[in-house]
Amino acid sequence: MSGAWLLDGVLLLAVPAIALASLLSRRILPALAAFVAYGLLLALVWMRLGAPDVALTEAAVGGGVTGVLLIGAAARLRMPEAEAPPGWPLRLLTALLSLGITAGLAVAVLALPEPAPSLAPQAAAQLAATQLGNPVAGVLLAFRAIDTLLEAVVLVIAVIGIWGMAPDGAWGGRPGPEQLRLAEGPVVLLAMLLPPIGIVFGIYLAWVGADAPGGAFQGGSILAAMWILAWLAGLVRPPRIDSLALRLLVVAGPALFMLVGLAGFVVADGFMAYPAAWTKPVILLVEAALTLSIAVALCLLVAGWPMRRARA
Amino acid sequence: MMLGTTPGGGLLAFALALPVLAMLLAFVAGGRQAGRIALAALLAGLVLSLAVATGVLRGGEALVLTLGGWAPPLGVALRADGISAVMLLTTSVVMVGTALFAFTSYSGDRGESRASLVFWTLLLGLWGAMNAVLLGNDLFNLYVALELLTFAAMPLVCLDGRAETLAAALRYLFFALLGSLLYLLGVALLYGAYGTLDIVLLSRLTRADAPTLVAAALMTAGLLAKTALFPLHLWLPGAHAGAPAAASAVLSALVVKAPFFLVLRLWFDVMPELATGLAPQILAGLGALAILFGSALALRQARLKLLVAYSTVAQIGYLFLMFPLAGAAGATLAGAWTGGMLQAVSHALAKAAMFLGAGLIAEALGHDRLRDLGGAARLLPMTVVAFGLGGLSLMGLPPSGGFVAKWLLLNAAIETQQWWWGLVLLSGGLLTGGYVFRVLSASMAGPAAAAVAVVSPGRQAVVLVLAILSVVLGLLPLASFGLVQIGRLAP
Repeated sequence: MSGAWLLDGVLLLAVPAIALASLLSRRILPALAAFVAYGLLLALVWMRLGAPDVALTEAAVGGGVTGVLLIGAAARLRMPEAEAPPGWPLRLLTALLSLGITAGLAVAVLALPEPAPSLAPQAAAQLAATQLGNPVAGVLLAFRAIDTLLEAVVLVIAVIGIWGMAPDGAWGGRPGPEQLRLAEGPVVLLAMLLPPIGIVFGIYLAWVGADAPGGAFQGGSILAAMWILAWLAGLVRPPRIDSLALRLLVVAGPALFMLVGLAGFVVADGFMAYPAAWTKPVILLVEAALTLSIAVALCLLVAGWPMRRARA
Repeated sequence: MMLGTTPGGGLLAFALALPVLAMLLAFVAGGRQAGRIALAALLAGLVLSLAVATGVLRGGEALVLTLGGWAPPLGVALRADGISAVMLLTTSVVMVGTALFAFTSYSGDRGESRASLVFWTLLLGLWGAMNAVLLGNDLFNLYVALELLTFAAMPLVCLDGRAETLAAALRYLFFALLGSLLYLLGVALLYGAYGTLDIVLLSRLTRADAPTLVAAALMTAGLLAKTALFPLHLWLPGAHAGAPAAASAVLSALVVKAPFFLVLRLWFDVMPELATGLAPQILAGLGALAILFGSALALRQARLKLLVAYSTVAQIGYLFLMFPLAGAAGATLAGAWTGGMLQAVSHALAKAAMFLGAGLIAEALGHDRLRDLGGAARLLPMTVVAFGLGGLSLMGLPPSGGFVAKWLLLNAAIETQQWWWGLVLLSGGLLTGGYVFRVLSASMAGPAAAAVAVVSPGRQAVVLVLAILSVVLGLLPLASFGLVQIGRLAP
């Protein structure tokens, strides 16, 4: 018991401290390092709150993917390390607004009813009908499937938005810088050794999500990380952005999900409903397609837009 | 009390599925197919929104579709009441007009280009996001819809790839993301307080306690940043004036209406008991400042597109006069409600016409400097007439839709003895007249200007039709606006 209290105490101090460190750092890379550490600490907080699914997502997306994206963005900015700080009236205003919001949140949270009204018992009670073992998967793929579907569409839009930053002449080329060999020596070795294990782990995470913590977003992030590692080591390169196969992979998840949803009108109780006898296999199929599309989209977000036209 | 699917509710699924599937298909097919897929889907969508509006009008109640057979609060429902139906139809009309206008500009005939693929896929993405916002009946589902909207809108702002439009797009993104975050914080608080996010269920539960008030304040502030209500309008002029005309039309006519629509949902549906007292007065106060500042700044602009963008800042302000007038003293004034929605629709049509018209003028003359606009009227008579008709609606002159809207709001102001909002309405109209006449008189001066590019009559006709629609709206008998009253949750 005292061990748990100690961990909570450390987290309570460390989370705001590292958040402040990220905010106050004048240099971009230390700020980003603190931000990634902040994501990992938050994952621990979620574990302590008994939310392993959120913890996994926070670690994979909040700590991992976001960190890689931010570091990639910082590398592209090539801006002077020390930026001139904004004037004090602006900083004072920002601080006051932030304090106001924090105070409002504190008052509101303390005034919330105890025990908190919750849909968790209902979700648990109805879980059997979804043939899933993990209530979080039940929420994401059955009770609130529409949110998951629309989030998957957001990822496709994000890829289009990133590609939209390309110079006109580079359209149709391969995403990212032409000559990429950022990593040398040991990292290349790692990039050869890690992916076989990582790919199996990513697929396992997506598969096990139906019955235990895990799922498409977490599994997809791990799969994407493996490709990105190999890409940084110069072992693989992305296909051209006009490749039909690539575009099909990007849309496979949301397209299949939407078509399954519409099929519900014919073979089940209506839009976004699954046929009763086939609920779990259909959900697994949708989840597999989502994992693939999420992994590909995350890789494309990190790789960035094409910079030079690929030689035909 | 459960929320069940109503007859005709199935239509709502297609209002989400059609744009999403069309966008994914356009992305995969690419090239010259993207534009064709978009236009075909949008035309089908126009029929679909007519069917939804007919369904709501005939049934006299909102269409509801529970998703996956899971009734709220555990599941999520889509719901189309009268204002959803009206805005769905408006969205379809503006989208079809914009697609016809842009069809040749982004044809992709010489192979897929960056602009052609991004424009058509994201236009479809915006359409899907608008429909999701208009049909959403769950506050978290609506958050996802807002995310779709932001990420589809932002790249359109910098579609031309210039550094300054990229800066404007980034500024828009920062405001919009801050707005999303504040909205999401409020959603979390409401779930903590009531254990449901379904709007119909919440409307029967909400009480005026600390969590609810803080949630309302956070969500409203976030949505105001997205809808660009004064003083959170700073991102709008650069973003809307810098985008290509076809994108500006959709951004100014529709995208800023989506967060406004959610402010309405929040104050009139989620927490109808709270929509009295100080909050509506503050919202309308900001609206009044938006009308005065936006119009005054529009008067001072040197470039046509910036003038039209500042005019949007002002016209958004009118929408917020609904709050004290439609919710006055607990009673809901049907006239102010109709007036506000009519303002949303007529501004959407008029502003789409004006931005598209400004785009044609800039294309033909090679610039959009107001000082050198002389002769534009002889070169593009149809377009300048369309601009004028759109302006008529913004000013609120009869017989336009904008006139009926502002007249209904004015009436409500007098009826509820809040004469000060009436003064704002009238002075806003005068200022609007000022900047519209500035454009018209500048473009009518002098002989025909030298054209640097030929503008097809078809595209001019699209602009004119949109402008005429915004005027014709004012000729409809008032009874036909009963649609916007259907399915209201407020007592």
